[in-house]
Formats: sequence, C-alpha cells, structure tokens
Amino acid sequence: MTKVLEPSAIAAKIKQTLPDSRVNAESGYLLVEPAALTSVLTYLKTTPGLEFDYLSMLTAVDYWDYFELVYVLDSLSLNQIMTVKTRLQGRVDLWAPSVVSIYQTADYQERETFETLGIRFSGHPDLRPFLLWEGFQGNPLRKDYL
Amino acid sequence: MEITPGNQSELIHLEQDTFEGLEIERLKKASQATFSDPVEWMEGVPKGLLLTTVDAVLGWARKSSMWPAVCFPACCAFEFITAEASRWDLSRFGMEIVRASPRQADLMITAGTLTWKMAPQIKRIYDQMADPKWVIAMGSCAISGGIFASSYNVVPGYNHLFPVDVYVPGCPPRPEALIYGIQMLHKKIMQESARRKV
Repeated sequence: MTKVLEPSAIAAKIKQTLPDSRVNAESGYLLVEPAALTSVLTYLKTTPGLEFDYLSMLTAVDYWDYFELVYVLDSLSLNQIMTVKTRLQGRVDLWAPSVVSIYQTADYQERETFETLGIRFSGHPDLRPFLLWEGFQGNPLRKDYL
Repeated sequence: MEITPGNQSELIHLEQDTFEGLEIERLKKASQATFSDPVEWMEGVPKGLLLTTVDAVLGWARKSSMWPAVCFPACCAFEFITAEASRWDLSRFGMEIVRASPRQADLMITAGTLTWKMAPQIKRIYDQMADPKWVIAMGSCAISGGIFASSYNVVPGYNHLFPVDVYVPGCPPRPEALIYGIQMLHKKIMQESARRKV
C-alpha cells in the first residue's frame, strides 16, 4: 500500500536543513516559495528515508489572484507519495524555476504548462509550445480565456 | 536563421509547423457553418421499370459490400472494434474489411472526438474516398462535439467538414446502436437513385 507522508514532519526536517526555504506544511501538501523550490525538491529527492525519485505529475491551477504549481512526487523505492505546491502571484509575466535538471520528466509537462497557462520556466532547455497548432493565440486553460 | 547541416531538420520542422498552422486556421475559418444533411434520397427513386430495377440491383450491391475507411480519432473506436469482432460480427453485412486506404472505402464511420489539429487529415481522408461515399457520425462528439462542444480545440460536429448521412447517438453508442445505424444507412442506399448527385 502506498504511504502518504505527513507534511508537517517533513517540513520540520526541511527547516532544519534549509533554514531559509520558508516551507509551510498545509493539510496534505507542502507549500514552498518559488525561490526555494529547486532546493526543496533536491532535498526530497536525495535524503535517505524520503527518496522521492520520480515526479509523477506537474501542473498548474488558476486561482485568479495567483497561479499554483503542483508537483506530485513519488518514491518508487519506498512506495510513498507527497505533494509540493508553490504559488506565483499575479497574472502577467510569470516565471517559475524549472525542475528539469532534477526530474527529466518535467520537460514536456513544463512545456505543456507554458503553452496552456502561460507560465514560463527559467532554466528550461527548450521551452517551446507543442500541443496546439502554430499561430494559436492565448493560453486556453486560463480562467479568463474564452 | 541560417541553414547549416546541424539545424536543417529543425528548420524543416519549423516550416512544416507554420504550414500546418496556416492550414488549420484556414480550415477553421471555412468550416464555421454546417453542411446540411443530404435529403435527395427521400424523394425516392424515379419511376420506370428499367430504372427501378437497375437502381435496386446497384443499391443492393452497394449496401452489401460497404467497406469502412480508417477514421477513429478517439474512444468510440473501441465500440466499433467490438462491433467488428466476432460477437457482433459486422461481416454479416459485408463490412469485415476496414480499408487503410480511403480510395478503397465507401463508408466513413467517424468514431470519436475530432480536434482542429486533426481536422485537415480527416477532411483529406474524406476527399480521397471514391464516390459514392457515405458518412456515419458515431457518438456525441461526432454529432455535435459532445461535452467538448464549446472547447477551444474541438470540432463541434463532423458536419462542419462534410455532409453526414446517419447520426448514431450515445457516449459511446453500443455496438447494437451502431449496427442499427448501419441498417438505417442500408435502407437509405436502397431508396436512393443510382444516379445520385455526388
């Protein structure tokens, strides 16, 4: 049976190791600052006992005031899962750190998020749209797209 | 950008992408209105002994050997595959051969949601089919776009691209429903003149 880890215990651990990461344990997920995202994910991937070696999903949600990026992490060796979220304020010129250097699978999902929600990822090797046809205007999964 | 042996393939892709985007925009603009459903067959075949006999023979031949073209963009295809397989056995109606080449097919069973990105290919398959040809719109998405009707990338019904003969509702329709639709089409073919307008 897959274990769902309690975020508060992990948040306490992360605060010890990375004091300036400003991690919050919400009910069911870890909320981190965008600036600390890569260091927190690296920590979750490499720490023994956590070993989240697989990013099973990456997406974003439009909440009008802010965009929430959702990272669902999976540990294949320890059979446990965990959700990490981060928030980008505003609606224009959104930048998030790319996690392709940590999880290769983020490549296409970040491209999809870029194309459908208009969030750009700094450090992505090849941030081009690929789902919709050339010349398509707008970001269709945004709530103000009609 | 300068073309070098290193980036040649990439540039060709870019060119193809641009061409594809223009083609899709053109088709989308041209397909805003729907085709009206063909109604000439309702007037029945012209009277006269010779014509009626020829029409009957030709109609029987056409309905008994309808070969479907491969046009299965989404999940309704599985119901079609089930209808084709041994339990429902479409070969009872002379339809066991699904042609990969549209030039050898008479019937297009449009099983599934169609996106605008896929639309030029489907339109091309239809255009390549030899006359006489018929179309069955299978499932909600094929009829009207279904639950995706107001989406940014879904064609709201195949009748935006070409005229449709029979609509089979359902999400997805069961094989029985599809077979019923095929039988309706058989009846229609028997009633229409062999000199139908194409």
